[in-house]
Amino acid sequence: MKKTAFYGALTVAGFAASMASAATLDDVKERGVLNCGVSTGLVGFASPNANGVWEGFDVGVCRAVAAAVLGDAEAVEFVPLTTKTRFTALSAGEVDMLSRNTTWTFSRDVDLKLEFTGINYYDGQGFMVPRDLGVSSAKELDGATVCIQTGTTTELNLADYFRSNNISYEPVPIETNAEAQQQYLAGACDVYTTDASALAATRASFEAPGDHIVLPEIVSKEPLGPLVRHGDSDWGDVVRWTLNALIAAEELGVTSANIEELAAAPTGNPEVNRLLGTEGELGAMLGLDANWAVMAISAGGNYAELFEKNIGENTPIGLARGLNAQWTDGGLLYSPPFR
Amino acid sequence: MSDTSNTVAFVRTETIPQMPPPAAETGAIKWMRENLFASIPNAILTLVSAYVIYSILAGVLPWIFNGVWNAQTLAECREILDGTSGACFAVLTERWPQLVFGLSYPASEYWRPSLAFVLLFFAAAPVMFFDLPRKMLIITLFYPFITYWLLWGGTVLIPILAFAGFVAGYLVYQRFVAGSFAAGFFGGVIAAMIVWYIGGFLIPDGANQNAMLRPVASRDMGGFMLNMMLGVTCVSLSIPIGIVLALGRQSSMPLIKWICVVFIEFIRGVPLITLLFVASVMLAYFFPPESSVDLFLRVVIMITMFSAAYIAEVIRGGLAALPKGQYEAADSLGLDYAQAMRLIILPQALKISIPGIVNIAVGLFKDTTLVSVISMFDIVGMIRGPILSSTDWNGVYWELLGFAALLFFVTCYGISQYSQWLERRLATDHR
Repeated sequence: MKKTAFYGALTVAGFAASMASAATLDDVKERGVLNCGVSTGLVGFASPNANGVWEGFDVGVCRAVAAAVLGDAEAVEFVPLTTKTRFTALSAGEVDMLSRNTTWTFSRDVDLKLEFTGINYYDGQGFMVPRDLGVSSAKELDGATVCIQTGTTTELNLADYFRSNNISYEPVPIETNAEAQQQYLAGACDVYTTDASALAATRASFEAPGDHIVLPEIVSKEPLGPLVRHGDSDWGDVVRWTLNALIAAEELGVTSANIEELAAAPTGNPEVNRLLGTEGELGAMLGLDANWAVMAISAGGNYAELFEKNIGENTPIGLARGLNAQWTDGGLLYSPPFR
Repeated sequence: MSDTSNTVAFVRTETIPQMPPPAAETGAIKWMRENLFASIPNAILTLVSAYVIYSILAGVLPWIFNGVWNAQTLAECREILDGTSGACFAVLTERWPQLVFGLSYPASEYWRPSLAFVLLFFAAAPVMFFDLPRKMLIITLFYPFITYWLLWGGTVLIPILAFAGFVAGYLVYQRFVAGSFAAGFFGGVIAAMIVWYIGGFLIPDGANQNAMLRPVASRDMGGFMLNMMLGVTCVSLSIPIGIVLALGRQSSMPLIKWICVVFIEFIRGVPLITLLFVASVMLAYFFPPESSVDLFLRVVIMITMFSAAYIAEVIRGGLAALPKGQYEAADSLGLDYAQAMRLIILPQALKISIPGIVNIAVGLFKDTTLVSVISMFDIVGMIRGPILSSTDWNGVYWELLGFAALLFFVTCYGISQYSQWLERRLATDHR
């Protein structure tokens, strides 16, 4: 009991200075550090390397926002959150934003009072089967045993898909992705189903990835994106337009390699000029410096660079752009104009 | 005609030298015959067991001895193994600091937790082995403050202030305890609180920034270090609290009795993982965003409450096992409640409770891995999260989890052996 009181007193002494929060943007600027909620570990999207430095696709979004707001891509405090703690941590203000492969759904947006600020990865549920099974389409999986994580939307999607195609299956419920890998490799199930990006990462970790194929069918929509708290639209705008800046930069051909040159003086393309702050007042409208987008893009490169570096075809995960290509290339990435 | 001198009956004048026993009745053969092949069913069981052990070892030993210790990624590991069976222990060497110290404890400061760990033995020794000179208890007395300073760093004023508070509390307690125990106890608590409260204002702002030891946030601690920190703190806090609760539950004062009963029954009726979620998630709602209590502290409070409730019940069992005569003997000697408890009841009750307490301590130590579900990177959280999710090591399971199991086994087996020694050492009955 004494010990508790002692720590309580320490806490009072140590934290007495802090007061109730104002706008998130001001808080972040004052603190000098962005608190960004990330996954406790997801291959390619967020994981710390051997030196404890966080890397990954979702992490890149955090760094871009930190660079846009604070001018320093390293000024991020990464708060690892599990699926169970992520929303409460955001609501309670422990983190300023969440960039944690979170699917944008109606109830999360409306009922949980969260605000999704865009989509940084279009995912969907896929199927992986051993090559020996000789299956080339999910429609041929009649009577298969399927490893599936319980309590997720994937379970419901699977049931819907198989029922609408009028084929039967036998579910093998499992708890985690790690367990699923073991079960699948041990032959406890013919098929493993989860998000396509996770399937690719799982397959990449196998001893013989070539013996397994990911079927072409995608049976659900899983738009993943960063999110913030409801009710602070200014901050939501900052995160939304930072993400848009990364996407627009790819579309406009702005990369981390040529950005210095392009930002040095106004170019012939007015949209590039507005994006990079050499023309117009876009930064000031957000409450940021004129070169906010330059900082954001320099942090880790534009969308394509982030993608290629963390999850693209040259990484062990080897994801193709697919739906995540620019709209001009037949994908879904479409940033509203910077104007 | 007799030659008596030569026709004596056969009488040995000396004993025959001892013969070795028959081969079947001696040494290893006898032992095997008696223990392994005593009857046909036994022989069959022995052979089956031998085969099982052989097949396990035949699988595991090559896997261990063929292990790869130097590689940067799992793919490289597999390349070196080239299809042969072997473990990829390289993940342990490459991620060693993360497994032991967590994700972001600054590498230049690793000596601090290591030193704290070594000091733990010196601090625990006089408490655990009472044959050691009593003067060593001084180390134990200072240990919590030194360790706090070593682990968290920052200004040395905080541990000094904390210590000053305890000293002030103790002095006030000494001054008033002769009058009444309650006056001494509450006076001591109030004095300590006053010292801490006033001292809180004396510590200058920014004292942490230019401190001798670089401050490290709780969030940066992890790995096995976090398990050790939680285990040691919670066990050492929950034993005294458990004793108080157990005594409180037997109290004749209804208010105290019912507070203790409700506390114990409530905590025991709730799963630990629920308490941890409350600590990590719910409590955050009760504080303004920037001024929440440190997550480590929240978790320590919850785990301590949890194990204290269990220990209280174990000790209550010990108290109940004492014959009523012991209580009456204490009363007839004219001892007051505190003296009776301290000199007669508790020493016996605690001795009876040792196996139960150790059981809970071992369980508690292993339960510290549950903090991984509230996204603290203890050793299991570290393995399941960052290490398995890195592109380099995605897919290594046996090596990592086996390593964690080994660490826990060593620690828990040590605790268990100590408790057995303690029981033998304290055995005063004539069994």
